[in-house]
Amino acid sequence: MSAKIQDIIQKFLNTRKERFKASVPDNLFTQCPNCKKMIYRKKIDKNHGVCPECGYHLKLTNKQWSQLLFDEGSVQLLFEEFKTVDVLEFPKYKEKLDKLYEKNINEGVTTGKARIEEIPVLFGIMNTEFILASMGSVLGERIASLFEKGRSQGLPVIILSRSGGARMQEGAVSLMQMTKTAAAAKRFSNAGGLFISLIANPTTGGVTASFAMLGDIIITEPNALIGFAGPRVIEQTIKQKLPEGFQTSEFLQEKGFVDLICERHHLKDTLRNILKIHQY
Amino acid sequence: MEYTNKIKKTIKSLEQLSKSQGVDLNEEISSLEKKLSKIQPEKYSEWQDQKKRRTPWERVKIARTLERPKPQDYLEMIIKDFIPFHGDRLGHDDHAIVGGIGYLKDIPVTAISTRRGKDLKGNMEANFGMPHPEGYRKALRLAKQAEKFRRPVLFFVDTPGAYCGIGAEERGIAEAIAKNLYELSDLNVPILTVITGEGGSGGALALSVANKIYMMENAVLSVISPEGCASILFKDASKAEEAAASLRLTAYDLYEMGIIDEIQGEKDDFNDNPQPTLKELEQKLYNDIFHYAFMDEEKMKDQRYQKYRSIGFFETDKNQFPEKILPGTNANKNKGNSQKGNHFFRDLRRLFGLKS
Repeated sequence: MSAKIQDIIQKFLNTRKERFKASVPDNLFTQCPNCKKMIYRKKIDKNHGVCPECGYHLKLTNKQWSQLLFDEGSVQLLFEEFKTVDVLEFPKYKEKLDKLYEKNINEGVTTGKARIEEIPVLFGIMNTEFILASMGSVLGERIASLFEKGRSQGLPVIILSRSGGARMQEGAVSLMQMTKTAAAAKRFSNAGGLFISLIANPTTGGVTASFAMLGDIIITEPNALIGFAGPRVIEQTIKQKLPEGFQTSEFLQEKGFVDLICERHHLKDTLRNILKIHQY
Repeated sequence: MEYTNKIKKTIKSLEQLSKSQGVDLNEEISSLEKKLSKIQPEKYSEWQDQKKRRTPWERVKIARTLERPKPQDYLEMIIKDFIPFHGDRLGHDDHAIVGGIGYLKDIPVTAISTRRGKDLKGNMEANFGMPHPEGYRKALRLAKQAEKFRRPVLFFVDTPGAYCGIGAEERGIAEAIAKNLYELSDLNVPILTVITGEGGSGGALALSVANKIYMMENAVLSVISPEGCASILFKDASKAEEAAASLRLTAYDLYEMGIIDEIQGEKDDFNDNPQPTLKELEQKLYNDIFHYAFMDEEKMKDQRYQKYRSIGFFETDKNQFPEKILPGTNANKNKGNSQKGNHFFRDLRRLFGLKS
C-alpha cells in the first residue's frame, strides 16, 4: 500500500519537475557537464564559458573565442570565398552541407587577421558545429593559405584546433590535406615564422596528426581530450577499459607533448607575452 | 572524366581569387593544369575498361589477401645488397617497419617499408602491419640519414593504419605522424612512394610524402577502412561494400583526382610470380630517380610541395556568405548600429502614439 502511495507522490513530483523545466527557457540555465550543477547562462558567458563552480571549460562559440582572444573591432576575415564541393558524390554529403549553409555556418574553420593588444596576428578558429570541424578541402586550403600569408607578411599564426579529424566524406582528398597543411607549416617555419597551436576539447585524428602538433609552442585548455584515435576506437581495439584521465591535456603534458596548459582567463595575456618575447 | 570538370572549376576559382585578392597563385594553377593535361581523352575508354574490371570492394579484398606479395618482398626483390637498420635512437625499435640501405640497380638508396606477415605468426611479429610511433621515428631518422649522404628515399607502403592502443598514444603517435609529414615535405633528396596493398589513413600517409606516388593496380588508399566508414555512416559494418564504392579508394579514382601519379599494372599471376611486374616497377623507379636527381634541388622540393598544395576541390562563391559570422568586422558593426537605430525610432514612434 505504502509503495503505491510513494509511487503516486513520485509521479506528482515528476510532473511538477517537468512543468518547472518547461517554464524555464532552454538557454537560461546550462548544466555543467563536469559537476552537473545548473548554472545561470549569463554567469557562465561572463566567465568565458568556465564553470564558476568547478572550473570546467565548456565549449565556446567562434564568436566568443574571438571576443576572448582579440582586440575589439580588430577582426578581419580572410579566405572566406572558398566553398566545399562534393567531390566524391558521397551519400548524404550534399544535404548535410546545404543544411549547414542555411544556418550560415560556412566551414569548419574561420581564418583571418586580428590584433592581440595591438600586435597583429593571423588566426584560425575551428568550429565543431560544421561536421565536427573535420578537415576537408576547404579547411586544408584555408589553413595552408594562412601559413602562406603569414610567410609573405611576416606575421605570427595562431590556430585554435578542435576537430574530429579528417573528413570521411572527402576520402583520400581530405587525407592529403594533412600533408598539405603540414608542408605549409614547414615552409612558414623555415621562413622564421612563429606558429602557436592552441588545442581545445576535443581534438583527434588527422588534425592532431598534422598542424595541431606542429606548433612551435603548443598550448592546451585544461582537461581537453586530445589524441590520435578516439577513446572508443581504442577500447574496441584493445578490448579493455581505458584508464582515468587518458588522452587529456594533463596526460599529454606528462608525456611531453604539450608546452603549457593554460586557463582561459590567462590565455590572452599568455599569448601577448609570448608574442612580445618573440619581438612582434 | 568525372573529376576533370571539378579540377577546371577549382582552377577558375583560384584565378578569380588571385585577381580579387592580389595573391600570386600561378604555381598552384599551373600544377593543376598539368594534372588536367595528364588525363588524356583518347585513352579514356580503355582506361574505363581497366577501371571497371573489378569493383572497389574486390580490390580491397585483393589488397588484403595473405598470398599477395608484401612490401618487404618488394624490398627483397628490388633492392640489392640490402642492409636493414634498426631503432629510432629514442629508446625503441618497431618491427612493423623495415628500413635500410642498398642499391636500386646501381644507385645507392635508402629503402623503407612496412612489414606484413603471410601467416599468423608473421603477422603477430609485425603487429599486423600497424606501426607504433617509434616506427615512424625510425623512418624519419633513416630519411634524414639519406639526406645527409645524398641518397634518394624509397617507401613501400602496405598498412591498415597506425596502431591505436594505449602505448601508441602515450608515445605520441599523432606527433610522430605529424613530424614525418612536416620533415619529409622538406627533405633535400627525392622521395618515391609505392603503395603496394592497403593504404590505411594517417598511418600510410606518414610514409607517402613523395615527389611521385606509385600505386599497384589493386592497391587502395583511404581515409578510413570501408568497415569503419560503414559502421559510422550506415550504422552497419556489413555494408562495407557500399562504403568502399563511396570512398573512391582505388588507384584509378585516386589517379583521376590527381592524388597519385602512376599506376603499376599487375600481371594475372602476380601473387605466385611477382618477378616480371616488379622488374617493370624497378625500371620505372630507376628512371624517376634519375629524373628527380638531375633536377635543381629547390625545384625538386618545390615540385613536391606543389604536388600536395594543389590537392583539394572547392569553388569560390562570394555571394554565398554575405554576412560575416564573427563580430568586429565592418559589415557586422554597421548592421548592429542600424538595427539599434531602428529600435530607437520605433520606440519614439510608440511614445508619441504613431503607428509604424
